[in-house]
Amino acid sequence: MPKRTDISRILLIGSGPIVIGQAAEFDYSGTQGAKALKEEGYEVILVNSNPATIMTDPEVADKTYIEPLITPVIEKIIERERPDALLPTLGGQTALNLAVDLYEKGILDKYNVKMIGANYEAIKKAEDRELFKEAMEKIGLQMPKSAVVKSVAEAMEIIQWIGFPVIIRPSFTLGGTGGSIAYNIDEFYPKVKAGLEASPVHEVLLEESVIGWKEFEMEVMRDKNDNCVIICSIENLDPMGVHTGDSITIAPAMTLTDKEYQMLRDYSIAVIREIGVETGGSNVQFSQNPETGQFYVIEMNPRVSRSSALASKATGFPIAKIAAKLAVGYTLDELPNDITKETPASFEPTIDYVVTKIPRFDFAKFPETDPTLTTMMKSVGEVMAIGRTFKESIHKAVRSLELGRYGLYIGLEKEDDETVKEKIVTPNADRLWYIAEGFRRGWTVEEIHQLSHIDRWFLHQIKEIIDFEKELSEKTLATITDEELEKAKQWGFSDRELARLLKTTEERVREKRMKVSYKVVDTCAAEFRAFTPYYYSSYEKPFGIVKEDGTVELVFDTENLEEK
Amino acid sequence: MEKAVLALEDGHFFYGYAFSGFSKKETGGEVIFNTSMTGYQEILTDPSYKGQIVVMTPSEVGNYGVNFEDLESDKIHVNGFVIKDLSPIASNWRAKKTLQKYLDESGVIGVCGIDTRALVRIIRRYGVMKGYIHIGEISPAEAVKRAKNIPDISELDLVSEVSHKEIYRWDEGTWRWPEGYRKIENKKYKVAVIDYGVKRNILRLMADRGMELVCFPSNISAEEVLEFKPDGIFLSNGPGDPAILHYQIEQIKKLLSSDIPMFGICLGHQLLSWAIGGKTYKLEFGHHGGNHPVKDLRTGKVEITAQNHNYATDPDSLPSHVEITHINLNDDTIEGIRLTDRPAFSIQHHPEASPGPHDSNHIFDDFVELIEECKR
Repeated sequence: MPKRTDISRILLIGSGPIVIGQAAEFDYSGTQGAKALKEEGYEVILVNSNPATIMTDPEVADKTYIEPLITPVIEKIIERERPDALLPTLGGQTALNLAVDLYEKGILDKYNVKMIGANYEAIKKAEDRELFKEAMEKIGLQMPKSAVVKSVAEAMEIIQWIGFPVIIRPSFTLGGTGGSIAYNIDEFYPKVKAGLEASPVHEVLLEESVIGWKEFEMEVMRDKNDNCVIICSIENLDPMGVHTGDSITIAPAMTLTDKEYQMLRDYSIAVIREIGVETGGSNVQFSQNPETGQFYVIEMNPRVSRSSALASKATGFPIAKIAAKLAVGYTLDELPNDITKETPASFEPTIDYVVTKIPRFDFAKFPETDPTLTTMMKSVGEVMAIGRTFKESIHKAVRSLELGRYGLYIGLEKEDDETVKEKIVTPNADRLWYIAEGFRRGWTVEEIHQLSHIDRWFLHQIKEIIDFEKELSEKTLATITDEELEKAKQWGFSDRELARLLKTTEERVREKRMKVSYKVVDTCAAEFRAFTPYYYSSYEKPFGIVKEDGTVELVFDTENLEEK
Repeated sequence: MEKAVLALEDGHFFYGYAFSGFSKKETGGEVIFNTSMTGYQEILTDPSYKGQIVVMTPSEVGNYGVNFEDLESDKIHVNGFVIKDLSPIASNWRAKKTLQKYLDESGVIGVCGIDTRALVRIIRRYGVMKGYIHIGEISPAEAVKRAKNIPDISELDLVSEVSHKEIYRWDEGTWRWPEGYRKIENKKYKVAVIDYGVKRNILRLMADRGMELVCFPSNISAEEVLEFKPDGIFLSNGPGDPAILHYQIEQIKKLLSSDIPMFGICLGHQLLSWAIGGKTYKLEFGHHGGNHPVKDLRTGKVEITAQNHNYATDPDSLPSHVEITHINLNDDTIEGIRLTDRPAFSIQHHPEASPGPHDSNHIFDDFVELIEECKR
């Protein structure tokens, strides 16, 4: 099916200033989208208030307006430029909210601008809690008990039915601003009040707490022929109760059986269809009761989101670019997979590594902020790391934070047990290191699971790191075996951390340890040849070749795109 | 864990650690890779993997352990299992034991610590080949020699090894949360299943649709099947090379002439291809995974499918009364055919999923419709 020819000028709205909950990832998606549309011969008119972005570089769009992202200004731009279409799904919540406003004020109709990607009804259905709940009921999916209230008095009544702890989520806010959890009636009153004030429509959602449940995300895409694919599954290491933006997250999901994964896949596709996102990507969040396996739908974003930027990087599948092409009428099977070239974009990436995202906090800059992590996002950035094992992946991510941390040791041995326990119970930026400290003190996986509700699989992985750390600390560079050193590198121990444990220097560790190899992120676990040089480092055992003449050669494998 | 070596017939070899099957010391088979990110328990118990050493591409395996529900047959069928990293624990609400224990109790060799990505790239480049796993010390040259000496999969009658020896009935439906499997009481159609190594989820999806299922051994004669007076005949999936199953192909020819609606999956599809005068050929490294796009040429719809096959139907070999209904968008190979002169169709991929996406489950409805049509 050819691309749409009834439109030629497309207005793209950027996400505006960098704020918590909406940062560079939307510059990344907007830039990708603008380039993809230009590539197809469309004229792209971009508006963004933030000049410190790639997308506002002169060569990205055909025309760029650096103007405030408010309805009257957008209206003027529309009046002047007369675009045929508005693509609101690449500029985060800001662009989506503006699109809703432009539609409701009749501006889009007045200038005959079509909304592409997601339509008004779909945005409303996904964003309005009541409509969303109705939609989920219609397709038989369960959600936590909840109710929308518009006043404190109403809230005090509804809480009798929902019970504590309860989550308070203000409607239409960025990154969950104003969101909180209340454990009792004394906390509830001020928190509801604050939530109502934070919401532009003076409305909050009160929701049954699923704190401690497991949390998953699915990135789903749909084209105009109703073909749907899942790009990536993500599992949050931090259970429910911590905003996804503040959680350590892992791709692919680590602890789901195929039966469960396929349930989430079916649900995600049912959700994007029912909400009515006709083309493009969405993000659907789920929680799971770890004891019974029951799933709840938590929410869906009918647009490219922070998680889709992560999923794109994690899989090699450019969600924003493809979303832009689907918006102008292409179908997934008509678009090539950029990395493999010969296979189409209508497939689901499979990954043969583990991706870890760790949020980056800066509480020093915001001294008044409570450093407890809640349903309101507080992180100012994030790092993503790729490793062949979870241990390697999380170790790499920790180092990338640029906090001067080279592993899971940050010298917490002076803290008393009570403090360590408290820091494991209450989510905070350093919880990972306190968990490691807990294991150093001999606490069991079960004990730490009871304190944190983090899945035992992740905890056991961390425990193995700590157990091995202890073994290593009893050795020196002279006494450590090659096998142990190999295991340490495969588990992601940095040379610097090994130098500390083995009481030597980084240089001497590097001289002795195995060579690093480089592997390709290719969307397909090496099933097809890759053409894009997107590499990550890892440590693998060499393999061998027995040659015709009987001699044996050992090969430290490093991928080369020239290979067949 | 004990040191182990995996050698390929072309001279490549990998060192790793055996974590199960110590009593066996060694195993061999055709080395294939599977790109499914979930579903190792279903893969291990899928009879179609008989004769093969399966390499998983996801790098962390065993995380959710194994349970008593996610079985595709009554036991493990793979000849060997090769992964990068093994989970020492099982973390899932349904988990009953670890993957390690499960494999070890069945005496199946599992090897971890292998650079599976390098291994997969070798198979992709040089094609599927025979491999040999040895636990303990052995020279690489000797291991490679043993890999070469493993019989070719096309010389083995694997179907008769995995097919049930007796006729049996099936009435369990598909798994649903929270009740699990349920017994299906309401039966509307009598369906004869020729069991070449059938996956249970195929039977479950048919049971869901009101089919009374009687499963026959793979060496059953057409006459015996017809005696049962079925409303439909199903040709199941199974292991190995279809070209050697002469007896089975002959029976299918006879069954076709009865004009009873017929549906085949995977090996069943390949056997139907042979029965109508077509041929199959071996793919370079097969399709094994849960992310293959398949297009229905009649509707233009694309579905993400579960796949597990090393052979494909040759389009040039098909007679004129055959319509190609589905193709694989990765390599344009045939994924489904339909006879235009008889009530029969077949699918190369796995609409039953398990593991894999459910996009194509509706193909079982097509079988119901065909039966209904012929009843009228």
